[in-house]
Amino acid sequence: MGETLGWWGVPLAILGGAIRVGTPLLWVSLGETVTEKAGRINLGLEGTLLMGAMTAYAVALSTGNPWLGIVAAAVVGTLFGVLHGALCSLTRVNDTAMGIALMLAGSGLAFWLGKPLIQPSAPDLQSIDLGGWSAMPAVQAALAINPLFVIGVLLAFAVYWAFGHTRVGLRLRVVGDSENAARAFGLSPSGYRIAATAFGGACAGVGGASLSLVYPGAWSEALSSGQGVMAVALVIFARWDPRRCILAGLLFGGASAISPALQAMGYSSGYYLFAALPYVLTLALLIGLGKPGPSDGAPGELSLNR
Amino acid sequence: MNTLAAPAVNVAPPLGERLAALFDNLVPALAALVLTVLLFSVAVALAGFDPLEVWGLILMGGFGDAFAWQNTLQRAAPLILTGLAVALPAQAGRVIIGAEGALVLGGLAAAALGNLLSAQAPPLLLWPLMALAGMLMGGFWIGIVGWLREKREVNETIASLLMSFIAIALFNQMVETVLRDPASLNKPSTRPLADNYLLPAMPGLDVHWGLGVGIVVAIVAWAVVKLTPLGLSLRVAGGNPRTALGVGLPVSWLTIGACAAGGACAGLAGAVEVAAVHGAANASLIAGYGYSGILIAFAARFSPAGVVPVAVLVGGIAASGSLLQRRLGLPDASVTVLLGFAFVALIGCETLRGRSFWRKG
Repeated sequence: MGETLGWWGVPLAILGGAIRVGTPLLWVSLGETVTEKAGRINLGLEGTLLMGAMTAYAVALSTGNPWLGIVAAAVVGTLFGVLHGALCSLTRVNDTAMGIALMLAGSGLAFWLGKPLIQPSAPDLQSIDLGGWSAMPAVQAALAINPLFVIGVLLAFAVYWAFGHTRVGLRLRVVGDSENAARAFGLSPSGYRIAATAFGGACAGVGGASLSLVYPGAWSEALSSGQGVMAVALVIFARWDPRRCILAGLLFGGASAISPALQAMGYSSGYYLFAALPYVLTLALLIGLGKPGPSDGAPGELSLNR
Repeated sequence: MNTLAAPAVNVAPPLGERLAALFDNLVPALAALVLTVLLFSVAVALAGFDPLEVWGLILMGGFGDAFAWQNTLQRAAPLILTGLAVALPAQAGRVIIGAEGALVLGGLAAAALGNLLSAQAPPLLLWPLMALAGMLMGGFWIGIVGWLREKREVNETIASLLMSFIAIALFNQMVETVLRDPASLNKPSTRPLADNYLLPAMPGLDVHWGLGVGIVVAIVAWAVVKLTPLGLSLRVAGGNPRTALGVGLPVSWLTIGACAAGGACAGLAGAVEVAAVHGAANASLIAGYGYSGILIAFAARFSPAGVVPVAVLVGGIAASGSLLQRRLGLPDASVTVLLGFAFVALIGCETLRGRSFWRKG
């Protein structure tokens, strides 16, 4: 691609990469936003993500239909979410610690069950080609948008709308902001939190499916490089606003795409340093933004902020 | 998250209270053990293996004979230190999960210093220097996390994990470029230490001195935390920061210090792995010891001394992985599943603590 586009290939590859790499981040951070809006934090999404990726790949492989794989990933993610949500509803069970535990259990389980999946190749999800007008393969590659990104964007707006306009959305926010207020309304905080964590798990499962079925599009034990945890930080960056999860996903997807884009141009000397960029950026944002308060949309019951 | 820290003040209670307290500690632990055994047995059975055979192999592979013990203790050495890396910040109420990064950078610093000085310094001088380099590097790395927590209110759990990813990227970059041994072709490494610079086995044991170092550090950490005024201040700061500030304790610096001390332990683990096992810094250093340390510290209820037996247990389970794979073809990830189940059961069974139904009145 270097011959036809020259250095223009870099920003183009970064844009394409931002969408490809950003899709799982968008899904995971969107789900975690809902979980955290209900006052819980689930640090175990890394494990859920890997379970989702493995499940999606296995189901797509055996049925030949990637969409079934995505549904299966969402189901497994929901189960993990319910598990986290229900266990954390017990007294004296700390949600941060349970998240770390489920991260370990989920990734171990995914690696165990995924062992036979490393060799065979499952059908990938067909992308929506927006680059058909161009003859250049680099442009076509960059504009081949995966449908999960599109669905994720629509879902983000839907969740945003639901937070402000639906009974469930408003009640969820009450539960997340003040348990006492929720009880006064006769709401069950545990029920809402379990449901919100289940939704977060389902989204993380789909995020995992986008890793194994879209990009990189295969199952391996090195599939996730901490996206599940980065997403938790991205929620803070997104200020608990589902719409900003899209921006966060794209920004951090783009940062992750710089390193492979430069390598494709023949610049491989700083490969690992560029690979650290998304983490540095996430950390810099956490530092720059300081402690989020209620005016930033931070849920009052979140242990992260207390 | 302050609830994670150990209770701050020890006042000798009457015998009945102490028995109840003992029971309080015993019941959740036993319940977690039973639950773990049940869950893993079911998982193994579902995968088509005989649970009894698997448990037998785990016991054999971890603790069955002298060779198994050697393997187990060899793994326990870094695990004690990474367990401390989580347990020490927890005294100040901070949950650090990024020991892996401090470990690899500590190992890198030790390897770099070892390469630099091995022509001039004899082994007995070089080893402490390498240990110091690893501790400084690891302490600096997690110290940053503590500092960010105290000065910028950045959540330390997330920050420490991000710092861990950054550390691993830095490590890979250095090992592949500046510090790379041109002779290491397939697996980029730093230049290996000469054989006489490798940490020898402890007398009477086939296990390197790293184990002794780990145990000594754990005992010192326990003594400082439990017996000294510094340790008491630290636990007050972690248990009730407002009280601590009220009596004039430097809460911020205690917290940052505890994080740095934890990081130093992880860095020392890296230095020990380089000096005793790998002889150089390479990808073998990224073995997940940092993550196992989280489980170990939680299981030991953040007691620096309790970390030692738990690390031996976890080391044994990890050591049995290769036997399971050889004998039954069970993937080595099954060991991670076992540890993960144990972790989930352990945190979940906390709910049994302090329940009134086994306390009289």
